[in-house]
Parts: sequence; C-alpha cells; structure tokens
Amino acid sequence: MDYSQFLMMPQEIGLLVVFLLVFLYDTFMPSKTLKGLPLFATIVFGIFTIFSFFPVQDGMAFGDMFESNKATWAMKNILNIGMFIVLLQSIKWANSDFVAIRRGEFYELMLLTLFGMYLMISGRHFLVFVIGLETASLPLATLVAFEKKYYESHEAAAKYVLTAVFSSAIMLLGLSFVYGITGTLYFSEIASSVQGDNSLLLIVALAFLISGVGYKLSLVPFHLWTADVYQGAPTMVTSYLSVISKGSAAFAFFVIMVQVFGAAYAQIWEWMLYAIIVITITVGNLFAIRQRNLKRFLAFSSISQAGYIMLGVVAANAVGMASMMYYILVYIFSNLAAFGVIAVIERKTGKVTTDDYNGLFKTNPWLAFVMMLAMFSLGGIPPFAGFFSKFFIFLGAAQTHNVAIYVLVFIALVNTIVSLYYYLLVVKAMFIRQDECAIPAFKSHWTEKAGLIICTLGIILIGLVSCIYTSLSDITTSLTSMFSMI
Amino acid sequence: MEIFSNMLIYFVIIPVLTLAGLALTKNKGIDAIRAVAVTGATALVALAIYLVVVFLHARAAGDTSDMILQTSVTWYEPLNIKLALGVDGVSVVMILLSAFIVFAGVFASWKMDPLPKQFFLWFFLLSTGVFGFFISVDLFTMFMFYEVALIPMYLLIGVWGSGNKTYSAMKLTLMLMGGSAFLMLGLIGIYFHSAPEGQPLTMNILEIAKNDAIPHQWQYYLFPLTFVGFGVLGAMFPFHTWSPDGHASAPTAVSMLHAGVLMKLGGYGCFRIAIFLMPFAAQQLGWIFLTLTGISIVYGAFSACVQTDLKYINAYSSVSHCGMVLFAILMFNKTAMTGAVLQMLSHGLMTALFFALIGMIYGRTHTRDIREMGGLMHIMPYLGVGYVIAGFASLGLPGLSGFVAEMTIFVGSFEHQDMFRRVLTIAATTSIVITAVYILRVVGKLLYGAVQDEHHRTLTDADATERISTATLILAVAIIGCFPNFFIDIIRDSFTPVVKALTSVM
Repeated sequence: MDYSQFLMMPQEIGLLVVFLLVFLYDTFMPSKTLKGLPLFATIVFGIFTIFSFFPVQDGMAFGDMFESNKATWAMKNILNIGMFIVLLQSIKWANSDFVAIRRGEFYELMLLTLFGMYLMISGRHFLVFVIGLETASLPLATLVAFEKKYYESHEAAAKYVLTAVFSSAIMLLGLSFVYGITGTLYFSEIASSVQGDNSLLLIVALAFLISGVGYKLSLVPFHLWTADVYQGAPTMVTSYLSVISKGSAAFAFFVIMVQVFGAAYAQIWEWMLYAIIVITITVGNLFAIRQRNLKRFLAFSSISQAGYIMLGVVAANAVGMASMMYYILVYIFSNLAAFGVIAVIERKTGKVTTDDYNGLFKTNPWLAFVMMLAMFSLGGIPPFAGFFSKFFIFLGAAQTHNVAIYVLVFIALVNTIVSLYYYLLVVKAMFIRQDECAIPAFKSHWTEKAGLIICTLGIILIGLVSCIYTSLSDITTSLTSMFSMI
Repeated sequence: MEIFSNMLIYFVIIPVLTLAGLALTKNKGIDAIRAVAVTGATALVALAIYLVVVFLHARAAGDTSDMILQTSVTWYEPLNIKLALGVDGVSVVMILLSAFIVFAGVFASWKMDPLPKQFFLWFFLLSTGVFGFFISVDLFTMFMFYEVALIPMYLLIGVWGSGNKTYSAMKLTLMLMGGSAFLMLGLIGIYFHSAPEGQPLTMNILEIAKNDAIPHQWQYYLFPLTFVGFGVLGAMFPFHTWSPDGHASAPTAVSMLHAGVLMKLGGYGCFRIAIFLMPFAAQQLGWIFLTLTGISIVYGAFSACVQTDLKYINAYSSVSHCGMVLFAILMFNKTAMTGAVLQMLSHGLMTALFFALIGMIYGRTHTRDIREMGGLMHIMPYLGVGYVIAGFASLGLPGLSGFVAEMTIFVGSFEHQDMFRRVLTIAATTSIVITAVYILRVVGKLLYGAVQDEHHRTLTDADATERISTATLILAVAIIGCFPNFFIDIIRDSFTPVVKALTSVM
C-alpha cells in the first residue's frame, strides 16, 4: 500500500489528531482539570480550523474512492468555521451541572460526526459515502439524547435514530439497484454506464437515494422528525444538526446528483427535486408561522431554508454550486447566531417561546440586536449576508434559462415573503411588544459572547465583502469535468 | 480607491457615518444624538446643493452624456455585479428632494420619545437606502438599496407609531417586500437577457439600454414584473392598501419621509428600469397600467373625501397624487414625464408639509378626527395658515408647486394623439375638482368651523423649531411654483434617451 496517499487527506488527519487529543485529555487528565476540557477542545479545534485553510493537493486516493479538490477543501473549511462557533458556544453549557460528567463524550462525538461528514464530502465511492453518512448520523442520536433528565430528549433521540435507520435502509436499497444496473459503486463508473439508460429501475433507485439524503436534509416529505428532534435535543446539538449536518449533506448531494446522475438530469431528477423544493419551502414556511417554541420555529424555518439550498442543486452549474456553498456559509452564521441567542437565554432562564421574548430589547438590547440580525439575514434583508446568498442562489438557478425554473424561483420568492412574516414576528416580540415580566437583564459568559460576535461579524461582512463568493466561484468554475454531464 | 473620488458615493457614506456616530452616542444623551443627526442631515443637504451646482455646471459646459459623474467599480466579479454610480437630471432633483425631506424630518422628530437614538439609527439607515437607490445605475445595487430603504419602516412604524401600529407595520412591510419579490424575478430575467448572445452579461442599466437585447417575448413577462414591483411602492391601484394604514400609523417624520421620498422610489424605478429597459413591452402593455393608475388617481381622491382621520385623508390624497406620477410616466412623452418629476417634487414637499402640520396639530389636540376639532384658525393661526397653503398646493393653486406639476402632466398627456389616452386624461383631470372638495371640506371644518372642544381654546401655536421646519417646506413649495423653469431645465433633457427608445419601437 502506498502510504503517501494519506497526504491527500490532511484535513481528515488533522481532525483525527484533534479527536485524539481531546480523547487523551478526557481519559488521562486528573478529574480536577476536566473542567478545562471544553475550552481545550475548542482551542485545539480552532487551531486546526486555521491550519486547515492551507491549500491541499488535488487528486484521488485509495483506489479513486476518495477525492480531494478545492471544492471539498472549501466545504470542509466552511463546516470547520461552523463547528468552531458551535464548540465555542457550548463551553459554558458543557460545564453545567447535569452535562459536566459527560462533557468529554459530547466533544468526542461531535468531532466524530464531523469526520463522517468529511467522508461524505470527499467520498467518490458509495461505500465511503454510506460509511460517512452513518458515522455522521448515529453518534448524533447519542448527542440528541444528551440531556438525560429530560423526557423530550429521549423521545427525540428515539425518533431520530429510527428515522435515520429507516431512511438509510431505503437509501441502501436504492444503491443496491444502482449496483444492479451498473455493476459498480464508483461515482465515475456509474456515471459513464447510466448514460442514456433511463430505465424504471434507475428512476426508483434515484427516488430512494433522494429520500435517503432528503432525510438528512429534512426535505419534505422526509421532514417529520425535524421539529420534535430540534425541540427535544440540547440547543447546541440542535444548532449543529441544523447547519453543519445539513450543509455537509447538501454538498454531498450536489456531488452525487451532478457527477453520478448528471446524464439523467433533465429527464428525471431535476423534476423530482423541483417538486420536492416547492413543497419543502412551502410546507416549512406554513408550519413555521404557527410555532411558538423558538426551537420548533427554527426547525421549520430550517426546513424551508434547505429548500432554498436545493435550488443550487437544481441549477447544477458552477454558479449554483458556488452559490450553494456560499448559502451554507451564510446560513451557518445566521442560524448559529439565532441558536446562540436561544441557547444563552435558555441556559439562563429556561425560556424558549416567542412570548417569552416580549420586550427583550428593553432588558437585553445586545441579544435582541443579534437575534434581529439573524432573523433579517435568514429572511434575506439587505445589507445582511442572507440577501446576497438568496440573490445568488436564485441567479444560479435561473441561469438554466428554463421557464419552469423561473416559475420555481418565483415560488421561492413568494415564500421568502411568507418567511419574512414569521421572522418579523420574532423581531416584533423583541422590539415592539412590551412585557412587565420580560426576561431580566443578565450577563452572558464570554465564550457565548465571542460566538455571537463572530456570527454578527459574519452576517454583516460576508455579503459586503465580495472576496469570499468570488473565491468560491473561482473554485467551482475550475471544476469543469464535474459539470460535463449536464 | 477610484470610487472615493466620485462625490456621489458620499451620499451613502455620510448616512453611514451618521449611523456610526449615532451608535457611539449614549442612549440618554439626547443632545449628542440630536447634534449627530442634524450634522448628518445638514451635510446631506449641502452635498445635494453642491451636486445641483456640479450638474448645472457640467451641462453648461456642454456635457451631453446621459449621466454625469459615472464611476464603475467591480464588486462581485463572477456575476458582473458592479458598484456603478451616475446621475442625470431626474436623480439630481430626487436627491435634492430627499436631502431636504431628511433634513426636515430630523427637525420634525426633535422630541422623539422613547428611544431617540434607535429612532435616528433606523431613520438614517432608511436614508442610506434612499440615496443609494438614486445614485446607482446597477440593477443589483439599486435593488439592494431599495430593500435597505424598505425594512426600517417596519420598526419605525412598529415601535414609534400610533394606533393600530403592529398591523400596519406588518402589512406595509409584507406588501412592499411582496412587490420586491416580483422585482427580483424581473431583475434576474433582465440580467440574463442583458446582452446579445455570446457577449458578457451586465447589470449596468445604461449598458443594458444600449444593448437593447431583451427579446420582445421576454419583455411581456419582465415589464409587468418590474412595473408592478415598483408600482406597489408607488401606491398603484390595487396595490395601494398598505399606504393609508402605514401612513396613518407612522410617526410624523416617518410619514414625511415615506410619502415624501420613499413613494418616489416607485415612480423613479418604473421610469428608470421598467420603461427605459423594456420600451417595447411598455408600448404594448402600457394601457393596462395606465388604466390602473387612472383608477388610482380618481379612486384615491374619492376615498379621501369620505375619510375623517386627517392622516387617512392625506394618505389617500397621496395615492391620488402618486398615481398621477405613474400616469404621467406612462404617457411616454417629454412634457408629461417632466410633469411627473415635478409632481414627485411637489408631492414630496407638500405631503411632508401636510404630515408635519398634522403631527403638530395632533401633538396639541391628541386627536386626528376632524369631527372632534374645529375653529383652529383662531387658536393656532400659524399652523392654520400652513395647512391652508399645503391644501392649496395640493389642489393646484397657481403660484404653488401643485399647479405647475399637474398642468404639465395634463398638457403633456393630452398632447398624445391616441384617443384612449386622451379620454383617460380627461377622466384623471376630474381629480383636481375632487381634491378641491376634500381639501376645502377639511379646511372649512377644521380651521373655520365651530370649536368642538372647549379645551382646545387653551392650545398654543407653533414653537420655534416647528416654525422653522414648516416655513422651509412652504418656501420650497412656493419656489417650485414660482420658478419651475429652474427645475424643468434640469429635468427635461434626462428624458431624451427614454423617449427615443420608446419611439424607436413604435
């Protein structure tokens, strides 16, 4: 075996080193020093995040099962940034009374799931992809059940693990069909052998595959677990589920759809995805309007956001891919800002409903301000980043010059207005409504503040500073071989 | 940096600096907040006047290019998004108007309570959007600034408004954002047809107009999308319903800025994007929108007749007057379009004056219902006379701005050979009479009727700051009315390109 292949995966190795360091710290350090574990894990991961920005070598490894290129590199960095913010925000929570004894597990499992996502992103063989997907899903079930004392947390974990297993089974069935048709699980080989072959079996296989990944992305109609799991899971895990897990799945989905089934694009999966996007955005939005629990509210909001992300997949071109990655980055900052505020308030007061936020601006102006920015960014209001990401992803989709896609963009735009309504409801509660017993003023921990400041800067700057989108666009336009099928 | 040598960018930088300055003040330091706000607003007025001088100078020196002070800096290179600036006569006049209204608005909200700092923060964010919109010639940046100008309205009305404010604020925001959803789709469509096959796409309005590459069958879709998108903000029937509620609930300065400036964004956008870029569809589909705006004019005026709340009267009057702006733009000739811009100016100042006066009267009587007030002319003669002057400007008394604007519009509209347009023009002129009905009804009841509430006899007249802000606006209305040629000369030539484009597709 050629061991130099491992040089193709510096980010994976770096992540494993971080994992091992955290594991060794957790196992061998005296229990008095364990209070420092969360901070240690965050700092080590932060260092890793910075180092992983060093460019990587392009190429395939391990018998073409693993690909490393600029797009996977960029996507992993985007996930790293989000992961770092999540870890930073969870420090105080991880040291709280009931969680403290298991804080080591929390960080180890988080890092492991991230490793699974790396494999999903870089895998160019369905076996690697499935291993990545499972590594990313199953430890998350444990994390969802982390708050042992809460009944909701158990229920959520049970729901999560059952749907995860069920959807994996369906996806594997789909993959077995693909294997039956083509006799291989390599992306590139499947792509060349399904060309021109649009048999019913392939359509079924595609449908099964889409439903398997659709579950990870919580696309409608595979979204039923989302609201309950988001509500029951610890807020930190929810925020992780809603952005990082979703982002990695979206990227992997894009690669599979374009690279493997690109030839079947116009006939089959474009229209499957078309229908899924329409119902995902609409259902997500309509259900979000009625939610009073902010975690459930953001669950439905994230369902509809996933629909917007999928517009990049329907576009299936370089602009769509760059816009999708950019959208995920912006979404990471916006959603983590919202969840950061929710987590801080939940930790201090235990309150999570919209009505509890009445008059928040009077008592905690900064938290209200950050929450407002997050809502505006999610709703696509300029000059915040969400506006740019929405505009670009619409532009990417419309570039296909298909009138039906224009209609899709129009539906998405109308839904943006609906989403603005419920995002404004939160702003209304914080700024306009008054309440005698509003959440009292309090000071949050510096790590939480730091996390929120990073998110705020991200929301304000990512849109106005064009270099991030430009470099993503340069990366995706250089992947010419990827879009050759469409 | 090349862009900073262009004076236009400072119309965005000054409000942003004002925002930064306000952010640094303390919540309780009302004097510092006022000082920063006044400094920012004064700087904007000074810069706007300087811009007029620069513009006149450039034209006098024989610069006949469509837009002066053009600069273009690449922003998002892969998508051809640029920060492209440039102004022509229309934008110069609009910038001048906005600067004055912002200035007057700052004084009108002098005693804003509670949270004055946050109020001015949102107020200047709105101004940033307005100025950015008028100086941009790039579709993306224009649209971005357009939305920046819309969203602060939600909190300005929601937090500082009165009456049914949360409902109005939400209705206004969602309707305007709904309009911008149409608009965004339209802009995306325009972008992808901005250049002939094989040439690089562009978002620059002037280049798109020069390329003239939007296929006619696409114009049929894109023109209604953009026109309706902007028309919502221009209070075009049947998308005007946000306007009365929004105006009635908004605080005085916000009503001023909204009716005075923000609604002009609609008319300006219709002219600059919808008609200029898609002249073919404008010629073909113009009649639909002409009918709708004709309805706006008459319907708005009739609705104003039956209202009893002063702000609702004025809001419906705005629907009628703003309808006239769109109506005139759709007449496709220079005279009518010049009239449209004059009407924007006239309506902006006049409505600002109206809302300022209503705010002052409301601040004293604590009611806006005309049935509960009367005989105010004897009690507060200064405000009373101001109201009468604003009313006369509204109904088109010669010597005030309304006369010039409406005269130009209707003369220009009637110039048209088309019988349909002439009939519509005649129908629209009836609004002048209806306007006289509701204005004189209010004046008679409010100012000269019997005193309804004995308590009102003890009220005082306008104080110094109030006198300054109303006197400035009255003066401006009179200046436009007496010296319209100064403005017409600035505006007139700006319509040459669009009229040429429109006649070439006939």
